[in-house]
Amino acid sequence: MDLTHNILSILVWLPVFGGMALLMVGDGGNATSPRAASMRMLALGVSTLTFVLSIFLYSSFDTATASMQFVERAPWIDTFRIEYYLGVDGISAPLILLTTFITPLVVVAGWDTIKSRPSQYFAAFLILEGLMIGVFAALDAFLFYVFWEAMLVPMFLIIGVWGGERRIYATLKFFLYTFLGSVLMLVSFIYLYGKTGDFNFFSFADVPLTLLEQQLIFLSFLLAFAVKVPMWPVHTWLPDAHVEAPTGGSVILAAIMLKMGGYGFIRLSLPMLPDGSAYFSGLMIALSLIAVVYIGLVALMQTDMKKLIAYSSIAHMGFVTLGFFLLWSIAGDTGAELGMTGGIVQMISHGLVSGAMFLCVGVLYDRVHSRKIADYGGVANTMPVFAAFMVLFAMANAGLPGTSGFVGEFMVIIASFKANVWYAFFAATTLVLGAAYTLWMIKRVVYGEIGNKNVAELQDLNRREFFVLGVLALSVLLVGLWPAPLVDMMSFTVDQLLDQIAQSKLPGTR
Amino acid sequence: MNLSQISPAAPEITLTLMICVVLLADLFVPQEKRVITFWLSIASLAVTAWVIVVTASSATTLAFDGSYVSDPLSRLMKLCATGIVGVGFLYARDYLQQNDLLKGEYYLLGLFGLLGMMIMMSANSLLTMYLGLETLSLSLYALVAFERESAKAAESAMKYFVLGAIASGALLYGISWVYGVTGTLHFHEIAEVIRQNPGLNDVPLWFGIAFMIVGIAFKFGAVPFHMWLPDVYQGARSPVTLYIATAPKIAALALLFRILVDGLGELHGVWQGMIMVVAVLSLLIGNIVAIAQSNIKRMLGYSAIAHVGFILLAVFTGSETGYAAALFYTLTYIVMAAGAFGMVILLSRQGFEAEAIRDFKGLNARNPWFALMMLFFMFGMAGVPPWVGFIAKLNVINAVLEAGFPGLAVLMVLASVVGAYYYLRVIWYMYFDAPEDRSVFQSQADTRFVLSLNGIAVLALGILPGWLLKLCIDVIGHS
Repeated sequence: MDLTHNILSILVWLPVFGGMALLMVGDGGNATSPRAASMRMLALGVSTLTFVLSIFLYSSFDTATASMQFVERAPWIDTFRIEYYLGVDGISAPLILLTTFITPLVVVAGWDTIKSRPSQYFAAFLILEGLMIGVFAALDAFLFYVFWEAMLVPMFLIIGVWGGERRIYATLKFFLYTFLGSVLMLVSFIYLYGKTGDFNFFSFADVPLTLLEQQLIFLSFLLAFAVKVPMWPVHTWLPDAHVEAPTGGSVILAAIMLKMGGYGFIRLSLPMLPDGSAYFSGLMIALSLIAVVYIGLVALMQTDMKKLIAYSSIAHMGFVTLGFFLLWSIAGDTGAELGMTGGIVQMISHGLVSGAMFLCVGVLYDRVHSRKIADYGGVANTMPVFAAFMVLFAMANAGLPGTSGFVGEFMVIIASFKANVWYAFFAATTLVLGAAYTLWMIKRVVYGEIGNKNVAELQDLNRREFFVLGVLALSVLLVGLWPAPLVDMMSFTVDQLLDQIAQSKLPGTR
Repeated sequence: MNLSQISPAAPEITLTLMICVVLLADLFVPQEKRVITFWLSIASLAVTAWVIVVTASSATTLAFDGSYVSDPLSRLMKLCATGIVGVGFLYARDYLQQNDLLKGEYYLLGLFGLLGMMIMMSANSLLTMYLGLETLSLSLYALVAFERESAKAAESAMKYFVLGAIASGALLYGISWVYGVTGTLHFHEIAEVIRQNPGLNDVPLWFGIAFMIVGIAFKFGAVPFHMWLPDVYQGARSPVTLYIATAPKIAALALLFRILVDGLGELHGVWQGMIMVVAVLSLLIGNIVAIAQSNIKRMLGYSAIAHVGFILLAVFTGSETGYAAALFYTLTYIVMAAGAFGMVILLSRQGFEAEAIRDFKGLNARNPWFALMMLFFMFGMAGVPPWVGFIAKLNVINAVLEAGFPGLAVLMVLASVVGAYYYLRVIWYMYFDAPEDRSVFQSQADTRFVLSLNGIAVLALGILPGWLLKLCIDVIGHS
């Protein structure tokens, strides 16, 4: 069977239909029934199959071209010339791989910790996976928007149904915040449709736009993506959502959904609005640096582990946006490329590391039912294997060389040094702050005397948990020690993107 | 006179004949076999729909001295109205049976109302329009009051009647002014007279237009003429609310199209501003006040006001794109509204009206499938893709942007975000809360089947809306 013609469709729809099958069959309201067990197996099977197929995507991906690959194109809604148009390049392919890699791990992580309605739980994750792959693969703005918004629905239910005490507040805030952010993007899409006559990303990138148009559209995109990333000051939904979401929800949220914002900047804002992006690049850099420094300080003060990791996510995502918007302040192409590539690598790395950190907290939470740092202490004594993993991921979170966290941050810091010493100065504070909040948390949770009798009774990782954390640890080290395949995959695409951004789109300049 | 002269009115004539049959048959049906009336009514609707389909052509034909028109627009509207009335009847049967309300009146009044709507859709003169409107309105007043013992129903019927009569009066008053100025009642002749005498575009005509817009806005339930709507939605029995909330919206759109577009399209600049004010107010007040409701029928009432805001903004643009968008929005909105009220009916049972939003608590634990269907309706109304409400909104926003009003487009999407909150609240009650009531649904398989079909339609239309979008554009282009 030749998969190259429809591999993307399969990746999008296989999980969605798998999830629907899970919903249809259901578990009869009993989590321990044989039916529920077979539903778990089905969920694992579908997500693993999706991952295997995405390996095929990786192996037949041509790294020597910047053009779209595995393109699928068919008319969908003729009235608006909307197309079903999918394709990947060196930026979206790694993100799709990240999605297909994380989802089976999330399924395994929720294997027997989800006691109520497991069938719906796994169905929500599978449907979410398909929709997220759709966001990364869509090349038609309408299709992109449909995936982008539809994605909110399963996440809304995941947080609301299986979340913690304040789940309803958190999930409503999550939904309304992101919905508010995206609707203005829709208005911009329709405006651009009015100019070009279709919803194709490439025609959006080709159409000349005045500076004012570019500025306004940029702001509408900014709201959508800044909420997703999230950037300071529209980040406040994230700590709530993360804290209340079940472990799997937090992992997907941190590992993949936050990447949508960064992806949106590179796929839409930068190529479609080069002059608008240049105009606002100072603002973007300022917001990114505020995220890095201020949110880093906020993270230091947290007493709740999940909240701490949530804030550290915001700080790390600040690096992503910093890397993307540095290029106007750098003379020479190599620095710009470094910043852009660093931002993308940071997205992948953060996906692995933050996902792993949330899984670690989940492991503890399943045993003690508390996320408070103060309720732990000396976990290393009773859970040595777990402690080893957690320390590794914490090091990666702090950006230790040899882990994936180092690569992206280092590239972005070098690029910002080329741009402006002060940018580099503020960006580099993360090396101090990140180490401080992460390691301080590790010290209080993992090391020291056994804090209380709950900790004393802890059981170390079971095989299932060991597998999940082990796979993630390997990937964190792999990306950290040998990032070349990842960087090669995106280098042509980044070059082409930089060329595209360098060209003004103002009317009359082309 | 030969028969072909009245053939454009074939669907109405068929329906009238069928109504007579139902009326007579109902007299001889014993109460325990009242369900026969139900099946006869469904059969009448089926026959009428069949007649509409077989007489369909892309041509526009006039009858009764030009005061009656049969064109693709009217046929599409009639077909949809017939269908949605049928869906409403199907939903209502079990409910009426359980509450000892299964009476011939419900079906007869419903069919008479449909007849009025069909006349409105085909009206080509102001008087025909008024005739249809009154046939519809009187049926609706009586339907609201049809539960004789209920004081609440009587109160809302009274309110509806008094306010409705005032609105009809305003419309009639406006009609008299327009007639006085232009000297004709036929829409196309009005348009022609105005085109040939630009001097007529002056205060007396504007005065007439303003009064007619009052009447139209009332029938739509647009702010500031919306006072009746929440009270009637709440006071009427759920099947009646379903009826009022669906098909009459198409009829109101026909009223708007025929009068303002066919008749006074030339004066677009005059009525545009009035429609905009009404539409924006509806959008804002509908969405904001809906948040405070604890009664689901009232909440859906305010949400209907907000949806009317969208429909009116599409008409406001004055372009064919806008008219097609308004038509698409109305046709898809009523599908979602029918489903939502269908769920209210499904949850109700003997002596218990599931009208508080609380009654939806824990529906996912009681019946995951119908909770999913309600989720479809709610996200559909909220305008979240991939459900059809999203395409409908996109279509309207596109028309508004094309007409050059980006500010309005932004206002519309922001209002949708406000609106999303109260739809989400229903989903939150269904999925996140534990059930307070664990009784089993008492409806029959066919009702459940239609409700499931309705929910799937909301999703399927959202994923494959192309044919309906095209149909709406074609139909508007031919009229």
